[in-house]
Amino acid sequence: MLRLERRPEASHLMSYASPLIAIGLMLVGGLLLFTLLGKNPLEGFKVFFINPISDWYGVSELLLKATPLMLIAVGLAVGFRANVWNIGAEGQLIVGGITASAVALYFQESEGVHVLILMVLAGGLGGMLWAAIPAFLKTRFNTNEILVSLMLVYVAQLLVSWLVHGPMMDPDGFNFPQSRMFEDSALLPLLSEGNRLNLAFIFALAALLVGYVFMYRSFTGFQMQVAGFAKNAARYAGFSAKRMVWIGLLSGGAMAGLAGMAEVAGPMGQITEHVSSNYGFAAIIVAFVARLNPVGIFFASLLMALLYLGGEQAQQYMNLPSSISNVFQGMLLLFLLGSDVFINYRLRWKEAVA
Amino acid sequence: MDTLSAILFATIVAGTPLIIVALGQLIAEKSGVLNLGAEGMMAMGAIAGFAITHHSGSPWLGVLAGMAAGALMSFLFAIVVLTLMGNQVATGLALSILGVGLSAFIGKPYESEILPTIGPIRIPLLADIPIIGDPLFNQQALVYLSWLLFAAIAWFLYRSRPGLVLRALGESPTSAHSIGYPVIRIRYLATLFGGAMAGVGGAFLSVFYTPLWVEGMVAGRGWIAIALVVFATWRPLRVIVGAYLFGGVMVAQLFVQGSGLGVNIPSQFLSALPYLATIIVLVIISRDQNTVRLNAPVSLGQPYRPEA
Repeated sequence: MLRLERRPEASHLMSYASPLIAIGLMLVGGLLLFTLLGKNPLEGFKVFFINPISDWYGVSELLLKATPLMLIAVGLAVGFRANVWNIGAEGQLIVGGITASAVALYFQESEGVHVLILMVLAGGLGGMLWAAIPAFLKTRFNTNEILVSLMLVYVAQLLVSWLVHGPMMDPDGFNFPQSRMFEDSALLPLLSEGNRLNLAFIFALAALLVGYVFMYRSFTGFQMQVAGFAKNAARYAGFSAKRMVWIGLLSGGAMAGLAGMAEVAGPMGQITEHVSSNYGFAAIIVAFVARLNPVGIFFASLLMALLYLGGEQAQQYMNLPSSISNVFQGMLLLFLLGSDVFINYRLRWKEAVA
Repeated sequence: MDTLSAILFATIVAGTPLIIVALGQLIAEKSGVLNLGAEGMMAMGAIAGFAITHHSGSPWLGVLAGMAAGALMSFLFAIVVLTLMGNQVATGLALSILGVGLSAFIGKPYESEILPTIGPIRIPLLADIPIIGDPLFNQQALVYLSWLLFAAIAWFLYRSRPGLVLRALGESPTSAHSIGYPVIRIRYLATLFGGAMAGVGGAFLSVFYTPLWVEGMVAGRGWIAIALVVFATWRPLRVIVGAYLFGGVMVAQLFVQGSGLGVNIPSQFLSALPYLATIIVLVIISRDQNTVRLNAPVSLGQPYRPEA
């Protein structure tokens, strides 16, 4: 029978191949799904994976969607490397969107670049504030950060719902639950005419670069890596576990908050109840598929963004619910985690031992 | 029913899915498996239960379908973490994302449908007790079943031999393996049971509680159930107490707003209470490091592979 056998050492090749295997399996899953739904799978794949990026506008939309994913995933990866599990980026994004919007609405009358700078700061700080709650509770009371950061997602969703139904609601907006449209001074400048890609994409690239330097070239980044691999070794070496919890959660929070700012000051131009399209959760998948590596995050974000766009296209042209994106995303992560076994193990044919 | 009875009644109904899901997770966690996918399994249970009840007209077939859907989801999880030794935290999360997404996908055509309301089952005599009679003994069938489930699990864990094996395995899979117990197989069973119960809890929501299907209707109850197991320090009786406590917090919203007390609190603040309460109880229970460390199954979340 087939058996798993431990490899003498972890396979380098497999650690790169396993995301590709997972993508392959996800495509097989998609094939089955389309067939089950009575759709032509080839047409399904074309609508899902080819059509969204068949012109330059499509590519710019892809980069636009990938922007928040890159920002959040690189922030989360910093913590994940040290086994700090911030699952609440979705909430941190929403709070960052709220604080940035508060600045935009407060400076409605004013022109000048200071509005945007303040919005960036407010967004990052808002996300950090939301992430500081699980960090504080973890370091002070030893409370599980997974559950706390996740509960705060629901609280953030209710918070933004209250704000856009109340204090932040557009007074001339016929009672729609949304804020005023922001003035031009509160919108991120576009990178080129004719599409919606904006300055946040440059922020995201910069964040990947900074993340890379921090993870691979700084002492703290090294400490966090050690803590992730061997908790006890890190403790004996005297690395502060609390400091890592703070850095891990705050970096994720800051980046998620910035992503929230980029949404309200970018494609949305206002704040509504739907600040995020599950970017906070999708970014977790991105971080894993990318092996917590910034270069990988760049490509995994593009893939995940394509799944988003594909879902929109499938809704429009194939009459399928757009939640099909989440189905693909969930499958991808599940398959990845499964095929990771082949990094440390290999399949061997063995006679059953009697 | 007077107000007090009505509050108690609603509290017990709201706490019931939490009891069912948390007791299922308790069994899985006792064996050493941490499945953070409860939210996704509940969502799949909810849509499977709703769809089957809608087509068959039988709520019990619906509950069975929910159970099967939850078990199927947990089987996926078990393959990845038990056979392929994947990271339990990440895999559970993937299961939650997949389950919530897939349920929304499958559930789209059912969004405008409503199921007939299912009446309570009245237990004669006991239901006539003042104040507590109605809330306790004129209830949905699944409420009674949740009590039976509790009794069965308490007996299983502390009074039966297989229960002892399950607990031992969660403490030290290596020892259990060395005296000949099939660690992986038992963990599979415990995980499947947890999934099945999460499915039933989800089906209870969509078939008995609301009874309709809306995307995202599980609304964090799966995560709250996981927190509840920690809060209960892995003891069945405390799961019940905790679940009703949360049930009370969840229904508080309805009664504060309907009470005409003249309080004008935005509904979102009241809706946030169960989540804030979860955080607060987690803080209380984790404050002393030893409470969680001494009560959690030692091997919880650790991958295990018997080296033959």
